[in-house]
Amino acid sequence: MRIEDHPILGRAERGRRITLTVDGNPVVAFEGEPIAAALLAGGHRVFRYTAKRREPRGLFCALGRCTDCVMTVDGQPNVRTCVTPARDGMIVQTQVGRGKWGGRGGGGKRKG
Amino acid sequence: MARKTEIAVVGAGPAGMAAAIEAGRAGARVIVIDENQRPGGQLFKQIHKFFGSEAHRAGTRGVQIGLDLLREAEEAGVATLLDTVVYGIFSDRCLGLAREHHTEELEADAVILATGASENALAFPGWTLPGVMGAGATQTLIHIHRVLPGKRALMVGAGNVGLIVSYQLLQAGAKVVAVVEGLPAIGGYGVHASKVRRAGVPILTGHTVLRAEGREGVERAVIARVDENWKPIAGTERTLEVDTICLAVGLSPLAELAWMAGCEFRYIPALGGWVPLHDGNMETTRKGIYVAGDLAGIEEASTAMEEGRLAGLAAAQSLGHLTRERGEKKKGEVHKRLAALRMGSFGEGRAISKEQILQARETV
Amino acid sequence: MKGETETGGVRKTGIPSMKELRASPGYPGPELLARGPIAVIECVQDIPCNPCEAACRRGAIHVGNPITNLPVFYGEKCNGCGNCIPVCPGQAIFLVDMTYSEDRASVSFPYEFLPMPAKGDIVEGVNRAGEVVCRAEVLRVQKPKRFDHTAVITVAVPKELAMEVRSMKRLKREG
Repeated sequence: MRIEDHPILGRAERGRRITLTVDGNPVVAFEGEPIAAALLAGGHRVFRYTAKRREPRGLFCALGRCTDCVMTVDGQPNVRTCVTPARDGMIVQTQVGRGKWGGRGGGGKRKG
Repeated sequence: MARKTEIAVVGAGPAGMAAAIEAGRAGARVIVIDENQRPGGQLFKQIHKFFGSEAHRAGTRGVQIGLDLLREAEEAGVATLLDTVVYGIFSDRCLGLAREHHTEELEADAVILATGASENALAFPGWTLPGVMGAGATQTLIHIHRVLPGKRALMVGAGNVGLIVSYQLLQAGAKVVAVVEGLPAIGGYGVHASKVRRAGVPILTGHTVLRAEGREGVERAVIARVDENWKPIAGTERTLEVDTICLAVGLSPLAELAWMAGCEFRYIPALGGWVPLHDGNMETTRKGIYVAGDLAGIEEASTAMEEGRLAGLAAAQSLGHLTRERGEKKKGEVHKRLAALRMGSFGEGRAISKEQILQARETV
Repeated sequence: MKGETETGGVRKTGIPSMKELRASPGYPGPELLARGPIAVIECVQDIPCNPCEAACRRGAIHVGNPITNLPVFYGEKCNGCGNCIPVCPGQAIFLVDMTYSEDRASVSFPYEFLPMPAKGDIVEGVNRAGEVVCRAEVLRVQKPKRFDHTAVITVAVPKELAMEVRSMKRLKREG
């Protein structure tokens, strides 16, 4: 849920409206906001599943410290979505375990 | 070739910015380094009016204080290096910086560490479910990113952070189902508690969260009364329909760099845990390395700024930018304002702990 | 719940008890209240804070040194201007006018929620515990720039509830 008007902060000023692809589905984002913010605004809370027990994890510290919110972004696993700005066309994937370069399902070649 | 500066400040929050401003005004060459894209630290999420006296900007909202600090830093000729992580501190006050996709070194005659704090977690069954998050994380989301993490929240902890963030969740349009506090009394200011109560939110002292339930995220929280030994009392469990559980159970100093620099520490629970020893100049047991703000003991933004000013003045004085007379006079004024912020029943514990640190520093 | 105003106190419940309020220096009693609009300061803890002192140009509020002193209120100097209300970071200052009408008093309080009520609206008055205790007519909504987003709302309430009503129930957001 986005907070459009606020009694102290006034109306929200946001960047350009862009689109992310999250697990294959389009999600509206605003340029420059963290990927995590766009996901939460779209009602998406599970960012990854843990390696051993496949437990869901989401945003926890929102400051880039705890690494609970990491996802695979444009083929790169373990990206801290709470401090990584959204850019148009980003491919974001729910990460499973430690993730794999190239994408969630594995098989992709290591990039970069 | 390492870059050089006179004073390097790590952390562009209230303590670091205040330090940089004082040192810059005194004529020192100052660089402030911060891992975030924007300076200001947590000040820009502090949308409430501050307490204190006029000298502490009482009655002014943290956001405005943050904007003023940025302007003053610019006027004082302070350079800022953003999006830059200080990954290490080496001998002779050389900082290792990681920025973009490379590393570099920065050598400084004096280093002021103002790295702040991180929120404590609280482990209970279900605490790792999406929807359980720090109260400060919630504040970042609602004030900086303007996104609500949920519709119905439970706040854990009735210190100032828990109370303030509860109020701010209401302002942002969420419902706060309750505030639970394990202690028998509310730890934060009564006025903050009163605001939350008037808004219809119960504050349940002597209560804790037993577990969070839900499949892919928080759907419910189970709370219960606790006895004087913090043991849940059987039969007092209650289930609350919430989608968010915010943890406001204290902060801990972010002290990695101070540890790495070899500073001596003491464990002081009233200040959030392990705190680097420092003297009245905020200088640690390592010469030329200063600390300020939450790293030097968890307090709040106004004391953080005053400590930053002290460190900035002391560092500038040590490098010859202030005469001894002028330096001592200015620091004396800051000490007076700091003492005022640590008075009364909410401040005396911190005042005593700070005094312990000074004494321990002298014996090292 | 109503009993909490009488027992427990602010550290236990978040609600200052009548005992705590009456013990705060200068808390106005019936005689002062009967004279007209007057500030009611509900600040009962020794926190380091003093903006209320400077906000009162008539010198009716004194904190002095140390700044953890409770504000001392000199009710006879207060003209009910209300300048102290939005300045208090704790939102602990209210204005009560027992002379508003035959059967109603007016109560002013700080308010920082959306949507804002409008003059003439009938809202629900709430007490210190957040319980609805009456219907209240909005007489005035003040939100000049200098209040820095803390609006001051004045409502008319039954006279006997003037020292109970301290806010209003938040209005529903659209959508």
